[in-house]
Amino acid sequence: MPRAATLLRLAALALLVAFLVTPQSFAPLFAPLTQYGAPPIYDQGNLLTLALAQLGTVCIAAAASTVVAVGLGIIVTRESGAQFLPLSRTLVNIGQTFPPVAVLAVAVPLVGFGEKPTLIALFAYGLLPIFENTLVGLRTCPAAVLEAASGMGMSAPQRLLSVELPLAMPLILEGMRLSLVINVGTATIGSTVAAKGLGEVIIAGLLSSNTAFILQGGILTGLMAVLLYDALAAIERRLLRSVSMD
Amino acid sequence: MISVENLSKIYGTTTVVDGVSLAIKRNSITAIVGTSGSGKSTLLRMINRLVEPSSGRVLIDGQDTRAEPAYLLRRRIGYVIQGHGLFPHRTVAENIATVPRLLKWEAPRIAARVRELLEVFQLEPARYADALPHQLSGGEQQRVGVARALAAEPGVLLMDEPFGALDPIIRDKAQEDLLAIQRRFGTTVVVVTHDMEEAFRLADHVAVMSAGKLLQYDRPAVLLRRPADAFVSRLTGLADRAIRLLSLVTAGEAALPGTTDGPTVAASVSLREALSELLWCGAQSARVVDADGAVRGQLTVEAILARGRP
Repeated sequence: MPRAATLLRLAALALLVAFLVTPQSFAPLFAPLTQYGAPPIYDQGNLLTLALAQLGTVCIAAAASTVVAVGLGIIVTRESGAQFLPLSRTLVNIGQTFPPVAVLAVAVPLVGFGEKPTLIALFAYGLLPIFENTLVGLRTCPAAVLEAASGMGMSAPQRLLSVELPLAMPLILEGMRLSLVINVGTATIGSTVAAKGLGEVIIAGLLSSNTAFILQGGILTGLMAVLLYDALAAIERRLLRSVSMD
Repeated sequence: MISVENLSKIYGTTTVVDGVSLAIKRNSITAIVGTSGSGKSTLLRMINRLVEPSSGRVLIDGQDTRAEPAYLLRRRIGYVIQGHGLFPHRTVAENIATVPRLLKWEAPRIAARVRELLEVFQLEPARYADALPHQLSGGEQQRVGVARALAAEPGVLLMDEPFGALDPIIRDKAQEDLLAIQRRFGTTVVVVTHDMEEAFRLADHVAVMSAGKLLQYDRPAVLLRRPADAFVSRLTGLADRAIRLLSLVTAGEAALPGTTDGPTVAASVSLREALSELLWCGAQSARVVDADGAVRGQLTVEAILARGRP
């Protein structure tokens, strides 16, 4: 079974890379989906550049979400910051419930078109899973382990860095993974406000009724999301093995 | 020497520890006993300031424990808790090296100390050094917990129900190891337990706590012969106090001159075990022998019984 799964992963990766590097070789596949001699493969930009731009946007947004969400999670699990828990939860929940499209609509007048409004929308959307997982990870550190750490003479920052965060790491990573994967898909809407990404392909398809464009934009985004999810899950498993509890 | 002076801890309107004073001798083992909620753990945790006292003070070798930040104080005091609290993401060697690392010892010194402790605790370094805590049995985990507490050669070792989670056979061995290690390193040990048997076996002095107050602080034999009040006598076991007295004296200590052809008992066993052996064999006297087989003397049933009187 693991061998079959590995093969499937490699096949998906090969497909993605091949499509991005030599999109024209897939033209015959998409030609039946076009009408009136429209181009079967997106020709107004380089697919590889678009995919990398989208990935870049998602990663920057995820990095910012992680810093803020993990930071908040740490603050509200300290004795002195416990009172900020309800407030932080509310903020983070708003980030998740407020639709990214609405965030774009609000952000564009403030920061203009391009990458920035997309980054803001993705950042807000990605906070919740990381924050909640950080919270659970830090709260479920065994009490005896924490007491031992303090009893050994670790200062509060030492305890946080060398005991609490390492023990919470698998859950934090899981939150990051969820957030990243959700945002790979969500990032496509950024193209409505002129952010570079595969959303451009989908939108071009919608505007010109070119099903081939819509499909290739969707497939590429989907492949990226699946592969990213898989790669991060593998890293987590490796970490989990070294932090496994009795 | 630890001196606890008029120490109190008050949470809101509840007084958990109420004006306790104790002088704990260097190189001794002191047990703090009491029912749950008696404040014994809080008292222990005020010594390394995991709990900050509401009033009173603690001096270790004449120095007030508040003279330095709590986390620096704790690096000089070993601490063992029930359920060991080993760091699950670190190997046995890394766990043991925790405090030496915090104290920024040099790597070779840390490695040598870890190795020494693994050997003292009968944990084959090749097999255990790189193991993770969850790969160990309960008894081994507990030993690593004690080794970790002793790593930086602390003068004082605090233990909070250290053997509570172990099954009886492993607990017996762990207690024996603790006695041997205390003799070897000369550590001053303070152990909190609710198990009187354990307290009598380990401790030179026993402190009995109830409702935050220290009721009595004395040698085990004095506790049994002259309990301060009804609570102390009930806690130390009114019904079998004579038998408990016998368990405080070894056969070697009580041996009389002469020899006999009765059964043989080791000089290191308690009179309680010696008496049990005599009852079992239906004999009136037993030969007491050293670990190397030399006859130390003899013990008669009468001589043993005489030791169980007030």
